[in-house]
Amino acid sequence: MKLLRLIPNNTNFDFLRFKKIAFIFSAIIISGTFVSLLINNLNYGIDFKGGILLELRSNNSNNGNIDDLRNKVSTLNAGEVSIQNFGKETDFLVRIQKQDGDQKQQIAMIEKVKSVTNKDYNVRRSEFVGPVVGDELKTAGMLAVSLALLSIMVYIWFRFEWQFSIAAIIALTHDVLTTVGLFSILQLEFNLATIAAILTTAGYSINDTVVIFDRVRENLRRYKSKDHYFIYNKSINETLSRTVITSVTTLIALFIIFFFGGAVLSDFALAMIWGVLIGTFSSIFVAVSLLTFFNINKGDKVEDQPNVPEYER
Amino acid sequence: MKSLSKIRIILILFSVFLGIVYAAPNFFNSSLQNNSVNLLPGKKINLGLDLKGGSYLLLKADMEVVFAEKLESLMSDIRSSLRKSKIGYKKLNVKEDFVSFQMRKGTSVEKIKSVILGIDKNLIVKNNIDIFQIEFSDANKQKITKTTMMQAIEIVRRRIDETGTNEPSIQQQGTDRIIVQLPGLDDPSRIKKLLGKTAKLNFQLVHPTILSEDINKDSKSPPGYIVLPEDKNLDRFYMVNKRVMVSGEMLKDASPTFDRNNSPSVSFQLSPLGGKKFGRVTGKHVGRAFAIVLDGKVVSAPVIQTQIFSTGQITGAFSVQETNDLALVLRSGALPAPMIILEERSVGPGLGSDSISSGKIASIIGLIAVMFFMLITYGVFGIFANIALCCNIIFIIALLSMIQATLTLPGIAGIVLTMGMAVDANVLIFERIKEEFNAGRKIVDAIEAGFQRAISTIVDANLTTLFAALALFSFGSGPIKGFSVTLMIGIATSMFTAIIITKYLVLFYSKKKDINNILF
Repeated sequence: MKLLRLIPNNTNFDFLRFKKIAFIFSAIIISGTFVSLLINNLNYGIDFKGGILLELRSNNSNNGNIDDLRNKVSTLNAGEVSIQNFGKETDFLVRIQKQDGDQKQQIAMIEKVKSVTNKDYNVRRSEFVGPVVGDELKTAGMLAVSLALLSIMVYIWFRFEWQFSIAAIIALTHDVLTTVGLFSILQLEFNLATIAAILTTAGYSINDTVVIFDRVRENLRRYKSKDHYFIYNKSINETLSRTVITSVTTLIALFIIFFFGGAVLSDFALAMIWGVLIGTFSSIFVAVSLLTFFNINKGDKVEDQPNVPEYER
Repeated sequence: MKSLSKIRIILILFSVFLGIVYAAPNFFNSSLQNNSVNLLPGKKINLGLDLKGGSYLLLKADMEVVFAEKLESLMSDIRSSLRKSKIGYKKLNVKEDFVSFQMRKGTSVEKIKSVILGIDKNLIVKNNIDIFQIEFSDANKQKITKTTMMQAIEIVRRRIDETGTNEPSIQQQGTDRIIVQLPGLDDPSRIKKLLGKTAKLNFQLVHPTILSEDINKDSKSPPGYIVLPEDKNLDRFYMVNKRVMVSGEMLKDASPTFDRNNSPSVSFQLSPLGGKKFGRVTGKHVGRAFAIVLDGKVVSAPVIQTQIFSTGQITGAFSVQETNDLALVLRSGALPAPMIILEERSVGPGLGSDSISSGKIASIIGLIAVMFFMLITYGVFGIFANIALCCNIIFIIALLSMIQATLTLPGIAGIVLTMGMAVDANVLIFERIKEEFNAGRKIVDAIEAGFQRAISTIVDANLTTLFAALALFSFGSGPIKGFSVTLMIGIATSMFTAIIITKYLVLFYSKKKDINNILF
């Protein structure tokens, strides 16, 4: 049987030659993120801004359509309402802004929507988040992302040299920011699951970066006579096959969640698909490229050499 | 590494066996559970509310209201302590969040302080010459919050239990919050109504001459009286005596019934002590209206016809359901604090089962696709990686069942994602073996070096991912926590399966086959 080979053996691409183009690309998408955040902000879901969400399924194929639903809900004077199809023709997501007044008004509004729609629609899900909880979740989300970035940075600092740690954290922040940017530009709903997707993306991206850095560290010791440029390129090439294969298997899993996992998970999968792509890109073109700005010592300063077999030292 | 230790192989096989045994109950229908599955030690995975349907409510006890009440009772404690110690005072009253009074001339400040601290040594007593200001310290507030929450959880539990909801879960979260989870209940409106009432029932006399017809909400009340609205008609008011003659705490039982006119009402029975008090009041005030006040609103104010002792009826413009609910909340006791619903999430059973089936489909297709890809990329070694992957999934399911972690929809996504990422360790190892082989090593040496040198990378890479998962766990709530648990379990099991199980399979194969050429 002929086996599939995505990347030939002994590739020798000069990745670092594209350093400048890659930096420009990164600069563009990051400024795009900020511009979009300024103009569009994020489309916060009710998890973060509070409000009411109902998922309805029409039980009557003739009457159940988005216009009908819009008409029915518009009789309630609920303020800002958004209604959209959700996954299927017959399924709808109704989002309603937080009602004036206390919790009783919120609960009353849920009941009102239920009562005007109950003839033709079944309620599959109803959610209400108070603004206090929304703010708390927002803070907690930011805290979680910062905490993750910080702990990863400290770990890499301990395991590698500080230069690696800085390069890795910049690459990681790049990935997190642009994923947020993707949600801002496409105006996808930014909710708790998005935070989960962002953190998992961060986990994946750092995984990828660490694999390449590991090889850089090894090659720095092995090829003491060669220059950094050569070593970095060689390390990327040596790990390229692994980078591509793992990206492919992860992407396979993610695309399957995207297509078969149901509407609730599709945005989540989309964020992760972007995360894997940008994470792979940033490991090579941001993290390793950034190393070229440091003059990392070969050998002497790298004291820590665990798990390298005796015969290699 | 060199020799295939028998003990290790047995240990690995045993752990896989255990994994299968603990994962197995999840693959049987619950209908079969009575027979064969009972022999298995494990339980099924605990499904989250988003998968099995149900309601989640996050409640907050409104402690401000409680503190205000406690301040009132602190004021009466201060009044009686000062009187007992024969200390003169004037203008004793409650302001925003403190009690204040003015002492009469010639009293010692120190004495007043010691009398007040005698009530509770944690109180904060300040004075500006002769004006005293007493407020609760943080210790006081903590204690009040703690006891309030204990009572509140108990009352919430009683009320929910009375509705006959299956396996409700009621837990405190943080200092003043309660999480209520109601599996299988997709419309919690009745529960919300039940929890929306504190159900403080008081019997208070109505002013003998000031009639409802003559007052509105801004009417000035004579000393000792207060204007209260009617429960069903908020534009109608009563002039009610502030003094509570009998309160709901003296209630022994309450049940829905019908009154003489056959309209729904609630009959109640008082405790012996309550009955005695009730008898005394009703005996003394025949002919006067007696207001039944629920949560600060007048339900009805019947005129006392004769002396009544331990049993009575609450009538009002009720529906049958309302009398059922009123009886229920009266029986379960008053909530010590009003409950505010901060968050509510309800999932119907239809959506839950749809999510499960789409999760199953995604998992199966994901598994097959990843396995197929590994097979065409690595051939025989791909089969080993696939065996490890299957073991990994069995371990994830087994561990989730064992620790009874809650599997949520994002959790299923976590499992599918783990399938994609779990093979990474094997990819790292195989790529390394390939490299070592291409660098001119013999195949057996290449395999050995490949494993040995890939491990440090695998550990570094997985530990960093674990940090992200830990951050998710520490912050996450509900479904997100479920996702991070599956992710963490997936990281741990994938390291075990990808490194150890694959290693033994590869070693076993290379010993048996005596391969000389790399197979990928």
